[in-house]
Amino acid sequence: MREPMANANPVVLPLDQVVKSVAEERVSVASNWKLVWWRFRKHHLALFSAGVLILFYLVVLVPDFFATYDPEATDAKLSFIPIQGIHLLDGARISPWAPAIVGKRNAVTLKMEWQVDATKQVPLHLFVRGYPYKVLGIFETDIHLFGSGSQDADAKVFLLGTDRLGRDQWSRLMYGTRTSMTVGLVAVALSVVLGVVLGGVSGYFGGWLDLIIQRLIELLQSLPTIPIWLAMTAALPQDWRPDQVFLAITIILALVGWTTLGREVRGRFLSLREEDFVLAAELAGCSRWRIITRHMVPAFMSHIIATSTLAIPVMIINETSLSFLGLGIRPPAISWGVLLQEAQNLQTIALAPWLLIPGLFVILAVLAFNIVGDGLRDAADPYGH
Amino acid sequence: MLRFILQRLLLLPLLLFVFSVVVFLLVQAPPGDFLTSYLATLASSGSSVDQAQVDALTKQFGLDQPFHVQYIRWMEGLGRGDLGLSLEYQRPNMELIGERLLLTVLLALFAFVFTWVIAIPAGIYSATHQNSILDYVFTLLNYIGVATPNFMLALILMWVAFSSFGVSVTGLFSREYEQAPWSLARFIDLLQHIWLPMIILGIAGTARLMRVMRANLLDELNKPYVVAARARGLSEWRLVLKYPVRLAINPLVSTIGWYLPQLFSGSLIVATVMNLPNIGPMLLRALVQQDMYLAGSILLIYCFLTIIGTLISDILLAWLDPRIRMENA
Repeated sequence: MREPMANANPVVLPLDQVVKSVAEERVSVASNWKLVWWRFRKHHLALFSAGVLILFYLVVLVPDFFATYDPEATDAKLSFIPIQGIHLLDGARISPWAPAIVGKRNAVTLKMEWQVDATKQVPLHLFVRGYPYKVLGIFETDIHLFGSGSQDADAKVFLLGTDRLGRDQWSRLMYGTRTSMTVGLVAVALSVVLGVVLGGVSGYFGGWLDLIIQRLIELLQSLPTIPIWLAMTAALPQDWRPDQVFLAITIILALVGWTTLGREVRGRFLSLREEDFVLAAELAGCSRWRIITRHMVPAFMSHIIATSTLAIPVMIINETSLSFLGLGIRPPAISWGVLLQEAQNLQTIALAPWLLIPGLFVILAVLAFNIVGDGLRDAADPYGH
Repeated sequence: MLRFILQRLLLLPLLLFVFSVVVFLLVQAPPGDFLTSYLATLASSGSSVDQAQVDALTKQFGLDQPFHVQYIRWMEGLGRGDLGLSLEYQRPNMELIGERLLLTVLLALFAFVFTWVIAIPAGIYSATHQNSILDYVFTLLNYIGVATPNFMLALILMWVAFSSFGVSVTGLFSREYEQAPWSLARFIDLLQHIWLPMIILGIAGTARLMRVMRANLLDELNKPYVVAARARGLSEWRLVLKYPVRLAINPLVSTIGWYLPQLFSGSLIVATVMNLPNIGPMLLRALVQQDMYLAGSILLIYCFLTIIGTLISDILLAWLDPRIRMENA
């Protein structure tokens, strides 16, 4: 009650109040996207995870640049080489090197046994020349991020060891990253399109269309996902090319995956339809298409993005599980699931535990997506704290 | 209440019918049939089958008939409670599936109980001790639990058990009980094996449930009635358990509807990795071998389990929440 009296002179505002009002001004004129970004930026862990994801997608763009050897190159003599380990310092100088590996055949079991020979150093360099590849399918180069730069068998560096056929696991992992991260992204993009279109139609038009789409969603949601996915992928012809299989898998994943998003979009449409700004747009003579695309969809776009970010890791896990069971992406295509297929039985894992490393990549990617998705969801919600 | 359940039960045959068509379309879809892939396997191993035998098999299973005839034959059998013969094993599917189905359901139920027994107390602790060390530990475990695919967890645990204890933790029974008839000793043997698959299968759900429980309870704890009750001198322990926890658990019951079915279908992957005598690995093999009646039957069983899971959660929800109960009364 006595507050206005205390502030007797209205012309002189305290400095912090001025600053605050400038900040408020900035907030009140900022676009929705800017607000989301400001809120997201405060979530440090999410920001860091977004950085991790950017790294992953850099690998998706140019896997060959990060790979050290041709991922398809097999050499039976070099099978099951363990991780050599990298040393960063050579004496006091920063000069990364890897110890050479020496294989000896066990006289009793006739198995190759690999040993690290730390006296022989294989130096590692940045931007070395290796096998030729095409960047984004456009220009050809043979520069790789790092490597020993030598094709000599003694001077090979297998960062993450080799598999059953002596293929370099690190390079294969780079290729697997490309496939698996793309499957997640494309499958979610497809389900977003399906979910927004069908959910939008259902929520905006209502009536019998709504009824049919809702029953369809209920039907799809009561299907047992994994067995049905398996049955669908098992039905793919065996002689399809890897890219056909890839496309088919993403479509299969999306066909079941769009329902949650479709429901959510429908709910949003139902509540937005009653809003004043939609009525205003209708009165102003906007076409239906314009109302939907220019007025309604932007109002919940940030939610869709947050929800789809949280859907990507689910797709990645699904693809990896399907491929692991042998009914998803098939060799010679490489995905994280295909790589993990090499570690399917206990004997192999006991012999070569490093074959489980692609699984760590799966966990890392899924974690990063989940944290970013949580951050986005909090940032997109204007009523959150 | 009764009407509500009846409504759901009436929908069941309709859903099963739609699913049976979908399932049959799917198992029919691969090019060729069981015999073509079977003959190819035989040919590659150097042995051959005489044509009369192939013709007899084709006739017996109706493989030369058009789609709808095959479907009706299958349905007729199902109506009589006969799941048909397996093409590969040449034995009735019912006999093949029998015990495996029981073990599938058992494993899912164990994992379900595990999830709730762990997640609810942990969620309550996290919410009442917000920002404590254990709360952070739980949050971290949650993130990792959600992010780790089932099969990956199984592989890692199998490897750890093998490399540090030298035991191979596969299967659900010790060798001497594998084929034995059911007895108390066999059941105890099962309990000794089922705990690891149970944890692996349930861990992701536990993480998710714990997170929801914590968030729900935190919302409740900030409400005025809690402060009022506390001001009246109610003991903290009783206060939390009697009111906010009950309210926080209520919405969780609706998650059973999708969680139980998820456990049924998720057990497929765990069972394959850990070599459990479950219907999962059998489905996988049947799909690859194009043993279509076996695959179809197992798929239909999965559909049935999914519907039952949803039904159970609907009934539970109606029973717990008077608003839903009244609406449908």
